[in-house]
Amino acid sequence: MISSTLVDGTLAGERRAVARLISLIENDGEEARDALSALYPHTGRAHIIGVTGAPGTGKSTLVNRLALEYRARGVAVGIIAVDPTSPFSGGAILGDRIRMRDLSGDPGIFIRSMASRGRLGGLARTTGDVVRVLDAAGFETVIVETVGAGQAEVEIASTAYTTLVIDMPGLGDDIQAIKCGLMEIADILVVNKADRDGADNTVACLQMMLDLNANASHPAGYHSTDPPAASGSVTSGRHWRPPIIKTIATQGEGTAELLNAIEEHREFLHQTGLFENRERARARSEFMNVLRHDLVERLLTPAHTARIGATVDAIAARNTDPYTASETLVRDILGARRGET
Amino acid sequence: MTEKRIRVLVAKPGLDGHDRGAKVVARALRDAGMEVIYTGLRQTPEMIAEAALQEDVDVVGLSILSGAHMTLIPRIVRLLEDNGQDDVLVVVGGIIPNEDIPALKKMGVKGLFGPGTTTTRIIEFVREEAGKRGWMA
Repeated sequence: MISSTLVDGTLAGERRAVARLISLIENDGEEARDALSALYPHTGRAHIIGVTGAPGTGKSTLVNRLALEYRARGVAVGIIAVDPTSPFSGGAILGDRIRMRDLSGDPGIFIRSMASRGRLGGLARTTGDVVRVLDAAGFETVIVETVGAGQAEVEIASTAYTTLVIDMPGLGDDIQAIKCGLMEIADILVVNKADRDGADNTVACLQMMLDLNANASHPAGYHSTDPPAASGSVTSGRHWRPPIIKTIATQGEGTAELLNAIEEHREFLHQTGLFENRERARARSEFMNVLRHDLVERLLTPAHTARIGATVDAIAARNTDPYTASETLVRDILGARRGET
Repeated sequence: MTEKRIRVLVAKPGLDGHDRGAKVVARALRDAGMEVIYTGLRQTPEMIAEAALQEDVDVVGLSILSGAHMTLIPRIVRLLEDNGQDDVLVVVGGIIPNEDIPALKKMGVKGLFGPGTTTTRIIEFVREEAGKRGWMA
C-alpha cells in the first residue's frame, strides 16, 4: 500500500512522505482516508494558530516573522497557506511563499500552499486534514493562513485553537469593527503596518469594540461553545479579552509580543478547560463535514447525478424551485434505498 | 471522487530581476486550470528544490534571463533527483542560446521555451507530458 508507507514516513518526519501524503489527501483518494485514520491517534499535540484578515494586510509577512520567532525559541513550525482557486478555470496562483523566503533551508519548517478549490469559508475542504498530517509529523506549532478574508470567512475559528485577525490602518471605521463575522472570531487582534498614519485610531476603534463586547450580556468575540464571560473589561477568570498587538511585519516589530500573546492564550485555554470545549467543537464540525460528504457520496447514484443537469435547467427556467426539486430527489433516493434492502 | 490538479512551481533562480515573463506564464497556467506556486525572484537552487519537495509539484518551471543557466539548472536538476523527485517535469524559459540546448536536454530538461513562444504552446506541452505521465489535467 502506498498510503501505509506514507504514514510511516510521515510519523518519522520524512519530508517527501509528508508532501506526498498531503497531495493524496488534497486529491481525495480512498487511500487518503485510510492514511488519515492511521494518523489520527498521533495527532492533537500541535498548537494550531489561525491567521486571517483582508487581502493585503500582511498575513504572509507576519506568518514569516512568527515562524522565525518560534524557531528562535526552538519550536518546529508547519505552515499551511491557502489562496483562492479561480471559479472560472479551476486554477490558482499560490503566492504566499514569496513572503516566506527567510524560512528556506530550515528543517524545522515545512510550508505547504493550498488552493481553496471552490470552498468559500477561507480554507480548502481538506485543510483540517493537512493540519493533522503536519501535527503527526511532529510540528509543534501549525500556522494556517486563510485566503484574504472579507467579513464572513470564519471557518478558521473551528480549525485553529488561537485565531489572529489581522487589521491595518485605513481599512474601515468603527462601524466595520462592530459588524459580525471576522472581528468576532479573534482571540488576538493585530494591527499590522502600525507605522502608517491612523494606526492609533484603528487600535482605538478595536478597543471600543472590545469594550462593547465586555458590557454585552453574551460574550461576543467568542466561540459559541465557550461559556458566558465574567463581567468586566479585563481578562479575568474564564473571560479572555483579545489583546490588540501593533506590528510592523516587514521589520519584525511586535512579533515577540505577538508570540507571547499567543502563548498566553494557549495557557488560558488549557487552564480554564476551554481547550477541551474548542477541541470538542472542532471534532464535531470535522465529523459532521465527513458525515455529510459521505452521505452525499454514498447515496447519489450515477442515475441521480445524471438528473441534476435537467433539474438545474428546470430551476433556472423557474419550472420548479430548488426546495421542491431537492425534496423530490431525496424521496427518490431514499425510496430506491428502501427497495434495495 | 478525485480532484487531481497539475501543480507547477514557477521560480526565478539567480540574480536577474526581471519576472514579467515568469508572471505571464504563471497566469496563463492558472487560466489553464493548474495550481501555480510562485516563489518570486532571486531563488537559490536549494530554495527551489526545497519548495518543489514541500509543494509536491508535478512541474518545475524556471525562468532565466541572466546567462547563468548552465550553472544553475544542473544544480537544480541534481537536487531534485537527490530528493527523489526525478519524475518532475523540468521546463525552462528565458534567454537560452541554441548551443546550450542539447546539453540541457541531456541533463533532463524536457521543454525549453525561448522568446516568442506562445503561452498556448507551453500549456499544450505541459498537458501532453501530463498525459504521457498519467496525471490528470
